[in-house]
Amino acid sequence: MAVEQDEIERIAELARIRIAAGEMGQVTRRIAQILHLVEQLQAVDTSTVEPMANPLDATGRLRPDAVTEDDCRTAFQAIAPAVENGLYLVPKVID
Amino acid sequence: MHDKTVAELAQGLRDRQFTSVELTRSFLDRIAALDNRYNSFIGVDEAAALSDAQAADQRLAAGDATALTGIPVAHKDIFCTAGMRTSCGSRMLDNFVPPYDATLIRRFRRAGAVLLGKTNMDEFAMGSSNETSYYGAVRNPWNTDLVPGGSSGGSAAAVAALLAPAATGTDTGGSIRQPAAFCGITGLKPTYGRVSRLGMVAFASSLDQAGPMAHSARDCAVLLNTMAGHDSGDATSSEMPVPDYTVTLDQPLRGLRIGLPQEYFGEGLDVATGARIDAALRELEAQGAMVSEVSLPHSHLTIPAYYVIAPAEASTNLARFDGVRYGYRCPDPVDLHDLYTRTREQGFGDEVKRRILVGTYALSAGYYEAYYKKAQQVRRLIKQDFMRCFEQVDVIAGPTTPGPAFALGAKSDDPIAMYLEDVYTLAVNLAGLPGMSVPAGLVDGSPVGLQLIGRHFDEARLLNVAHRFQQATDWHRRRPADVEGAQ
Repeated sequence: MAVEQDEIERIAELARIRIAAGEMGQVTRRIAQILHLVEQLQAVDTSTVEPMANPLDATGRLRPDAVTEDDCRTAFQAIAPAVENGLYLVPKVID
Repeated sequence: MHDKTVAELAQGLRDRQFTSVELTRSFLDRIAALDNRYNSFIGVDEAAALSDAQAADQRLAAGDATALTGIPVAHKDIFCTAGMRTSCGSRMLDNFVPPYDATLIRRFRRAGAVLLGKTNMDEFAMGSSNETSYYGAVRNPWNTDLVPGGSSGGSAAAVAALLAPAATGTDTGGSIRQPAAFCGITGLKPTYGRVSRLGMVAFASSLDQAGPMAHSARDCAVLLNTMAGHDSGDATSSEMPVPDYTVTLDQPLRGLRIGLPQEYFGEGLDVATGARIDAALRELEAQGAMVSEVSLPHSHLTIPAYYVIAPAEASTNLARFDGVRYGYRCPDPVDLHDLYTRTREQGFGDEVKRRILVGTYALSAGYYEAYYKKAQQVRRLIKQDFMRCFEQVDVIAGPTTPGPAFALGAKSDDPIAMYLEDVYTLAVNLAGLPGMSVPAGLVDGSPVGLQLIGRHFDEARLLNVAHRFQQATDWHRRRPADVEGAQ
């Protein structure tokens, strides 16, 4: 599967990573090489194989639905780039 | 003092030959004097380390010491340390001071170990040479023109250069074993879930696992005793009981069945490295182990499966770095979209961005089945290969890497060549198995490692085999020629 530059532009947008126009060609070539490397997977018949998400085939454990965490808001917000009155600040989203 | 094993240092502390403060001071002085050659540490807080040491000395005096009380241990800068920067080798976290300790760090603190410092690493643990760090490449103490391996290259170099008696690392595709091999030290990646991942910055959550890096199998056993165990804060951590890994170290190897995967000894393996591995296997045979050939027929699919699954999980995990709650934020964002995209453009290095993009591609609509699901199916086939082998043998052995350490810069512009470096280590992570690298000799003056792979939760067996091997050989006691103070 060859990958085109406009596809990498779309993926970069999905991943929210800006790529400078001058670097797009090089990035596309590198990604294409990696996708070529993983292409061998397609040659294997896996029609009867269950996908494996966890190497021990473990599933998530349940616990009682009870509060276990303390209120850490002050500690967490102390390391944020911008906060005010207990809120995280971002550029204006709605005019 | 700095060329002793953890076990010897613990004895010295108990016998009052030296205090933890003296011991810690001596390692801090070595780091200050020598680490400009290796760049193995990102963060050292001398006052905090000495305060840990003072507390340890009080515990020692009170007779309340564990096997690690007062022992300085270096931690990969991927483990969150409350009040001390945890950068993960990235500009994205250059200003990140965690509000809490990783479970692994808490366990070391509880044991009374001294937090000596935080070691350099490939950015977000993505790399096999420690060249992708925002803080610069680490150099191999055996030859500073060579890479130390990665991603736990700082930990491996610090131990090899006698700047720390032991260290922790993490291994997603070989990141403990490969640098251990390149730096001539002993490293163990435990079974997936054996050591808690809480507070360990996530790369690929179904593959990541923390483990010990030290001079000997015995020291790794001592460290693993402290690291291993269930953690209710990590839903994937195992509830399997943890044995005392030191008590089985001396068990004889008579009758042990060792399998050699033919796929690990073929084309691609450096001849001289292969000869060192053969010699190591002969030593194990001399101790009564029985060696036979086995096959892992899906080995050729390991790299393709890994380079779908690891980037896919990374793209998801690294979505959290958005410039809003912590970490780097780009200057003067004009709107939210600009804030996200420029923060991530500037905060991440090239390899990290590449993997996020590959992972996003593999998970995106229209490609999920062909890439991610397919890779997960192949992952099961790879695991089944190992399970079949373990019906015939107790341990699988082979080289850790295709050859000794390569030159700095030799592969840094070629991601594919770099990925191929991990050809013998990736499958262990895909299958969730424990794997170890043990110093097995020198090739042109550079160390190479024997890799041992065990059944799930059979770390004790790997440590036993490695320890017996180290009782009969001295490769693990060899030191780089230009490391000052080596015995």
